[in-house]
Amino acid sequence: MAKELKLMKGNEAVAEGAIRSGVDGYFGYPITPQSEILEHLMAERPYEKTGMVVLQAESETASINMVYGGAACGKRVMTTSSSPGISLMQEGISYIAGAELPALVVNVVRGGPGLGTIQPSQADYFQTTKGGGHGDYRLITLAPASVQEMYDFVELGFELAFRYRNPAMILSDGVIGQVMEKVEVTDYKPRWTNEYIAKTFPWAAVGKPAHRNHNIITSLELDSLKQEQVNIRIQKKYKECEAKEVRYEMIQCEDAEYLFVAYGSSARICQKSIELARKEGIKVGLLRPITLWPFPSKILKELSKQVKGILSVEMSAGQMIEDVKLAVECKLPVEHFGRFGGIIPTPSEVLDALKKQIL
Amino acid sequence: MAFRGTLVIDIERCKGCAVCTTGCPNKCIALSKMVNKKGYNYLEMINEEACIGCANCAVICPDGVLTVYRVKI
Amino acid sequence: MTREDIIKPENLVYRRTPVLTDNVMHYCPGCGHGVIHRIIAEVVEEMGIQENTIAIAPVGCSVLAYNYFEIDCIEAAHGRAPALATAIKRLYPEHFVFSYQGDGDLAAIGTGETIHTCNRGENITMIFVNNGIYGMTGGQMAPTTLSGMKTATSPFGRDTEIMGNPLNITELIAKLPGAYYVTRQAVYTPALARKCKKAIRQAFENQKLKKGVSFVEVVSNCNSGWKLAPVKANEWLEENMLKYYPLGDLKVPEGK
Repeated sequence: MAKELKLMKGNEAVAEGAIRSGVDGYFGYPITPQSEILEHLMAERPYEKTGMVVLQAESETASINMVYGGAACGKRVMTTSSSPGISLMQEGISYIAGAELPALVVNVVRGGPGLGTIQPSQADYFQTTKGGGHGDYRLITLAPASVQEMYDFVELGFELAFRYRNPAMILSDGVIGQVMEKVEVTDYKPRWTNEYIAKTFPWAAVGKPAHRNHNIITSLELDSLKQEQVNIRIQKKYKECEAKEVRYEMIQCEDAEYLFVAYGSSARICQKSIELARKEGIKVGLLRPITLWPFPSKILKELSKQVKGILSVEMSAGQMIEDVKLAVECKLPVEHFGRFGGIIPTPSEVLDALKKQIL
Repeated sequence: MAFRGTLVIDIERCKGCAVCTTGCPNKCIALSKMVNKKGYNYLEMINEEACIGCANCAVICPDGVLTVYRVKI
Repeated sequence: MTREDIIKPENLVYRRTPVLTDNVMHYCPGCGHGVIHRIIAEVVEEMGIQENTIAIAPVGCSVLAYNYFEIDCIEAAHGRAPALATAIKRLYPEHFVFSYQGDGDLAAIGTGETIHTCNRGENITMIFVNNGIYGMTGGQMAPTTLSGMKTATSPFGRDTEIMGNPLNITELIAKLPGAYYVTRQAVYTPALARKCKKAIRQAFENQKLKKGVSFVEVVSNCNSGWKLAPVKANEWLEENMLKYYPLGDLKVPEGK
């Protein structure tokens, strides 16, 4: 069958990816710059095409707890928002992680702190990869750098979320959310049947049949010894995830003497900066983490033996740089460059920073 | 029609709240002077002959302590 | 006639429903939660819907409700039970879904979810246990605490000038178009408990009609929080709580 190509915004790609990959439910609340996701879903009427539930909730708090409810019943459910809305969802995300449920959250990041700006930013890295909510938990975090990846990562996010029974996050930004690109879309996949869910996910609260005890979905364990065991189990799961699920892309690293580390739209900018640099004879490459957690530390450590210095580029005041420094054990110069408050750096700005801070 | 009834009391489940005693029409039940393993004065029948098996006690027992039987006489 | 003559299977008129687990409830002696749990479990048993019922427990004293219902249960974040119930019912429209919340959960931190779930007319049953106090955290003032009532955070009585007024949220809900059946019940006497059971049965039966939220408030006690013995607490409830929260139907489906 011929490839089906569509021109769409990153936000629309998330919605389209959700419908076509057989997602069961979307619960969301409008916020710029990601409202097109809910708008596209409502316009496409997936409840007629695949039976997918789409509901505009009364708040982000309600959205994430709707997701918690749906996830507890074994359904593939998701929400999307942008930075302030994601902050509101943190309690719910912690509950979902604590109850060990699969779910997908998409953050189309805007500038902060506070109400900040509606322009793009990458300043939610700490919130996403270091916690955000309370307790020892992690979010499996995918960082798309194209509209195609916005589309693809919906299905991948659910795959990882169900594999580890843990919430997954697509950490995007206002650039990737708003830009229009060509996307190769997949055929419509049927949603899982209730029978399939009951059979495949014995933990799910789907109604207690006579042959098993009732299922309880909770993150509460008042007995500290048992709660410690819960935490140990969750951490073990995270170790496995760290060992198996690291994803990254290397661009022109073969002969690189210097290295950019950047994800999402910053990675796109760095690709242009590499072109400019190489014209000037500066051999620079790019490591683009696709999973921000688990972070591609191992490959970064390998690359650190080859290059003379690393510039971590992020639209923030310097968050990912902490993981970069940890990965390379501070054995070579590592600097941060970023613009923030909604300003997108230009490729030549990035190159200038490389020259000034690293060369 | 007249009835005779009786109760099976799950003594260890009883918390001695005595709410059931307020619902008994014939004052058949009261808290014992004895205590169960948790230290509660548990429920006992004090006038078994008068029980008509109405289950009033059971429907307001918060802890599901009571099983009720009744026969027509 | 001896006791042994009476205790025979054919003479059984009342036993603990198997839709409750064997766990001894953690509630204080005389707490209404136990009766309300049992009534719900009996309704689920009598309707034969255990296999397709999903329960949502709140945060508060009844946070551990999931240990007592022999039903698939989910424990929600504080105040968010109606949001969970909304999603579950929409994803499993043929299932019976009920939320179970106290006054702090439903009428303070979760007011937004409560109002919007009722206003959307989600086809669920909401059980609201109102005892006018935060029991689990040690007897602090609740949104439904009566004027003048002493609690840990209104030690000289609720002064409505400073602390605001008690919230009669059930009356608000009755005004919403998405609320199909709204009633206020109690369980401290056998007659009231039997009536409450009829109301909860109705609230579950209504889910078959898909016409909106069925909302049952149960005015209940908090012996520990009120610092009264169980029987005294029920007397206090009748004398004080029912004046502000009178029992009866607030909204009945047309033709009923």
